[in-house]
Amino acid sequence: MIRESATVTVNNTDTCLIVTINGDIDHHSARTIRERIDSELFFYRPPLLVLNLKNVDFMDSSGLGLILGRQSRAHELGCAFKVINCSPRTRKIFELAGLERIVDIVDTE
Amino acid sequence: MQSKTKDKKLVNQFYFVLPSLSINESVSRAVTGAFCAQMNPTIEELADIKCSVSEAVTNCIVHAYRYAPGDIYITVSLYSNRSLRIVIRDKGVGIDDIKAARAPLFTTDTTGERSGMGFAVMESFMDKVKVLSHPGKGTKITLFKQLSDPSEAVKNQ
Repeated sequence: MIRESATVTVNNTDTCLIVTINGDIDHHSARTIRERIDSELFFYRPPLLVLNLKNVDFMDSSGLGLILGRQSRAHELGCAFKVINCSPRTRKIFELAGLERIVDIVDTE
Repeated sequence: MQSKTKDKKLVNQFYFVLPSLSINESVSRAVTGAFCAQMNPTIEELADIKCSVSEAVTNCIVHAYRYAPGDIYITVSLYSNRSLRIVIRDKGVGIDDIKAARAPLFTTDTTGERSGMGFAVMESFMDKVKVLSHPGKGTKITLFKQLSDPSEAVKNQ
């Protein structure tokens, strides 16, 4: 009945699992995104998990928990973790929390 | 609340009530953003406002109405001096220690993946954040922001 505010697209190659988040990351959408990424991660068990934020229109502090949580889940499985295509707006929130010191974040090129 | 100076008059106001459903996080920030758009804020300012409202409303849903759902009351006031005030009120559990709650990385929600950065985001993106809370009765968050002068932005280009 209620539309999801974000969708997740998954692309698995031999070297990495690329997860693209489309839409808004807030407390509401974080749950669906988290469950989807975790199930894909456990299924593929890739050497590297890449979180692509290219299509993220909005993110609040819920995104911080989501990203930190995915990094620790990935590390638990011995999988490297990286965030790519981070917009200036999203980076502002990451910097507020000092996330760039803990997570490998690459800006939008 | 009366405006303190003559040159700060209330020009428009919008009041709305939403139940504490998580889907209403996006509704509340979209509605607030749409209403504030008449002030012609910069894209950056609008994003600051939307993000702060999202944080405050999320707090109502995750914390205030953790045990029982309730209503969230939002009032957006626009003033003639290009300042705005957003009040987000709930009748939830309230905050025992406001100082601790406002501290970065503080969260009482240990089951989820909450970062405890909600207040830090609001304080960073808005000019002033006021928190009033009575345990067992509810919380009132007041966000203030002074928008930039669009004519100044043109001059600076």
